[in-house]
Amino acid sequence: MLKILKYSFFDLMRSRWSYVYFAFYLLLGIVLLFLNNDLSKAVITLMNVIIVLVPLIGTIFGVMYYYNSKEFTELLLAQPLKRSSIFLGQYLGVAISLSMSLILGLGIPFIAYGLFKSNAIWDFYLLLITGTFLTLIFTALAFNIALTNENKIKGFGYAILLWLFLAIIYDGLFLMSLVLFEDYPLDKLSLIGTMLNPIDLSRTLILLKLDISALLGYTGAVFKKFFGTNFGLIISFVMLVIWVILPVLRIVLKSKKKDF
Amino acid sequence: MVNIENLHKRFNKNIVLSGVDLNITEGGIFAILGPNGSGKTTLIKSILGMVIPNKGTINVLGENIKNSSNYRHKIDYLPQIANFPNNLKVKELIKMIKDLRGDTNEDERLIELFTLHPFLDKKLGNLSGGTKQKVNLVLTFMFDSPLIILDEPTTGLDPISLIRLKDLIQTEKAKGKTILITSHIMSFVEEVSDEIVFLLEGQIYFRGSISELKNKTNQPDFEHAIASILTENNA
Repeated sequence: MLKILKYSFFDLMRSRWSYVYFAFYLLLGIVLLFLNNDLSKAVITLMNVIIVLVPLIGTIFGVMYYYNSKEFTELLLAQPLKRSSIFLGQYLGVAISLSMSLILGLGIPFIAYGLFKSNAIWDFYLLLITGTFLTLIFTALAFNIALTNENKIKGFGYAILLWLFLAIIYDGLFLMSLVLFEDYPLDKLSLIGTMLNPIDLSRTLILLKLDISALLGYTGAVFKKFFGTNFGLIISFVMLVIWVILPVLRIVLKSKKKDF
Repeated sequence: MVNIENLHKRFNKNIVLSGVDLNITEGGIFAILGPNGSGKTTLIKSILGMVIPNKGTINVLGENIKNSSNYRHKIDYLPQIANFPNNLKVKELIKMIKDLRGDTNEDERLIELFTLHPFLDKKLGNLSGGTKQKVNLVLTFMFDSPLIILDEPTTGLDPISLIRLKDLIQTEKAKGKTILITSHIMSFVEEVSDEIVFLLEGQIYFRGSISELKNKTNQPDFEHAIASILTENNA
């Protein structure tokens, strides 16, 4: 698996898109820091960008990479390699190179600004960790979609829909259900609703850590009341890990049964 | 060498293989023939584990291939259309496959044989179909495995390369290897193969030597013998 990971990783590192992605975060980091002049405000703005953008890039990149490397995959399948190591290697290659672009692109300007001397360093770490989790989750979901759909156009369509649903539509539905059932106790519903969407989960996680009650919203408040800040953080992390494991498991199972 | 029992495969509603039994003994060249869509490539890909059968068992060198990948060390496979990653250089691809399968020095000789030196630093996406096929051949023949599977090996090759390919096949046969070939070029099949397996509608219609096939169909030459099977069965 490590060999496949190595080839996929270097293949992506040579591609122009990794640099574009890296440069984008670099620019974003620099602009935010020097416009805001305030590290913790910059972290909040970044959170809002990351939480929407990282899933989008992860999904699109994942689907694109899978379809583009179809030939490579077929070549590998005829070699004495396990299917699970081929697909996991490719998946990790994509996810790790995307995470690297994110971490380096944001890390460099923040370090240059003097992050290590600031109190915001833990918030910033958390931001990067959540970004990495979101990359892992959405790349895995994208691989699932691509493995299930032979048709490229369909695959892309489903991938975009998935992103649109989790990043935008889900929140709308969630909010509507809260308004609709406001006469009932909604604590449990809103907790479960947040856990089932990795984007919402990441947002709650960061806001809990930043401890900004004004931005927490109803779910965040419930989270905090229910679990307390620390326990809430742990629960959110556990959920994020589950969100990574389940799609990765499906990649392994699905790839075992697929014909090429 | 290869033992296939009651192999069934369908893609959605399209039944491709329905109960193939095939036993391929060690040594010699076997040609798998059949009209378009008769399941030749599916059969080969099943042996390679790329297609998962719905039913049936396949043994390669005495080992059941289900859920196994190590047996592919003993197979050299030439895929039908040379689909390679386009942004890789020829040199890098050869190095990569060596890295994945184990080291070999045969590639130097094969690159020489197919005069591929000028192309080593070119990207695979910029090569012509014939040159890609030559790279494909180098990748296949550079390992010393007891079973060689060639899916349409002649595609795109010029006459000189074709002669070299035939020589190569004969040398491998002389080493006692088993070679499976599919091809639509009947003259090529007639020249190289010892035995033919004819697939029709997902089953083995005929198996034997070329002269047996001629006798069976009462045709003077091989090409007509094949054609008569096809017309008789409206394939």
